[in-house]
Amino acid sequence: MPFALLKYALAKEHPNDPHFRWTPELKPSYDVVIIGAGGHGLAIAYYLAARHGITNVAVLDKGWLAGGNTARNTTIIRANYLTPDGVRFYKESVDLWRGLSTELDINMMYSERGHFTLAHTDAALRTARWRAEVNKHLGVDSEVIGPDEIKRLCPTMNVSDDVRYPILGALYHPPGAIARHDAVAWGYAREAMKRGVEVHTQTPVSKVIVENGRAIGVETSKGPIYAGKIVQAVAGASSEVARMAGFLLPIRTIPLQACVSEPVKPILDQIIVSGSLHVYISQSARGEMVMGSATDPYGLYSTRSTLDFKEGLMAHMLELFPFMGELRVLRQWAGMADMTPDFSPVMGLTPVENYYIDAGWGTWGFKATPVCGLRMAECVATGRQPELLQPFALDRFRTFDLVGEKGAASVGH
Amino acid sequence: MKILTCPINGPRNISEFVWGGEVKAMPDPATSTDDAWTAYLFLEANVAGEIDEWWLHAPTNTWFIARRNTVTDTVIETMTVDAYFARRAGSEA
Repeated sequence: MPFALLKYALAKEHPNDPHFRWTPELKPSYDVVIIGAGGHGLAIAYYLAARHGITNVAVLDKGWLAGGNTARNTTIIRANYLTPDGVRFYKESVDLWRGLSTELDINMMYSERGHFTLAHTDAALRTARWRAEVNKHLGVDSEVIGPDEIKRLCPTMNVSDDVRYPILGALYHPPGAIARHDAVAWGYAREAMKRGVEVHTQTPVSKVIVENGRAIGVETSKGPIYAGKIVQAVAGASSEVARMAGFLLPIRTIPLQACVSEPVKPILDQIIVSGSLHVYISQSARGEMVMGSATDPYGLYSTRSTLDFKEGLMAHMLELFPFMGELRVLRQWAGMADMTPDFSPVMGLTPVENYYIDAGWGTWGFKATPVCGLRMAECVATGRQPELLQPFALDRFRTFDLVGEKGAASVGH
Repeated sequence: MKILTCPINGPRNISEFVWGGEVKAMPDPATSTDDAWTAYLFLEANVAGEIDEWWLHAPTNTWFIARRNTVTDTVIETMTVDAYFARRAGSEA
């Protein structure tokens, strides 16, 4: 062991954490309190400070920084959705992603790989054409390609018809990308904290204080704090936190499982998704095959992993990539996904005044981190639902104005 | 492999079952307000804890009720629909 390191370890005083400016004590009140220190909550805090000059902000979390679904997703970023509302929203996110490493001064390892949604049935091919046309109309690069072109672009994949579900074509989306998920949270946290935002982890919220229909503060494990405005961004715990504020959500909490293989040399450049086979896969920068499947068959507040998931996943994966038979699973995990009936998020105003929601992110939340942060910050700062978020308001369920994105969800059905 | 006990068919592999979501009281369609009806359709209690929920044993098309803990994933009991609503009527009387 180097002597300097030993001396450092034995020293009584250590320099401050160079990355984050932690504040030990909670203040009695803030302009804005954000519940949930994941990518979304931190992004909202950052844009409130950077774009709206609101820096008297506290981000609270029951666990640690970005330890929930920010750390549990498979980091796929794309804008090839089905509805014009969805495409416009996710396109703005992809545009923000491209400049994010520079804006936050941290290497996100944003890597554009090309995203393939495979079609194994005529119905899936029809949806692919529909998505391609909506995408092109709104300036998103998408096209339908046949098996020969798939084979040319992705030689690793088995496109023969000697399988249970032959590939008929694919929706090809060249801007599809992956990024380093931790860097996203760290970048937003660091830049927000630099501007005066406080992040308090290990600080669970047990109650939202509501008086005459207005949210005025929260009870935490470290005492009550008052807030001008409160935002909840808590993914799988959305229903339980909204209940503290006094309203129900159109959400079911269902686990979404994923796993990675042992690392190998680069063999798969692309991001491959099959809604019919319920699988998706990409290769991370350190060589692991990152794989996921559909959400679990029933609701659960748990992050356990099951054998059923891996058996179902691998059976289909081996048809697409026979070489995977040589690889072993290295890690497995799950995240608690807050699933909405229309496979679209819930953002903006709530029945409680001064209380804002960022929820319903099911299996599609990571890719929306920048745009959701930016637009939710605008919503909180102005007190009005921004135009881009209008279709995603909680009120849409009361008026049957659903944003049906099930056809564009990777595998959540 | 997880086992679920159907009150009619006995213990079976969980892959034979389809989850039907939590038991909710349906408002009377003739007298319900629009808001009450959309709330019934879309809003979920989604409780982290013990809930009563619908399950279907798909091969025999048998709907029944299970009481399950959604944090520990343990099934406390399963019962026929008739038994469930008879008990509920009894406890309300």
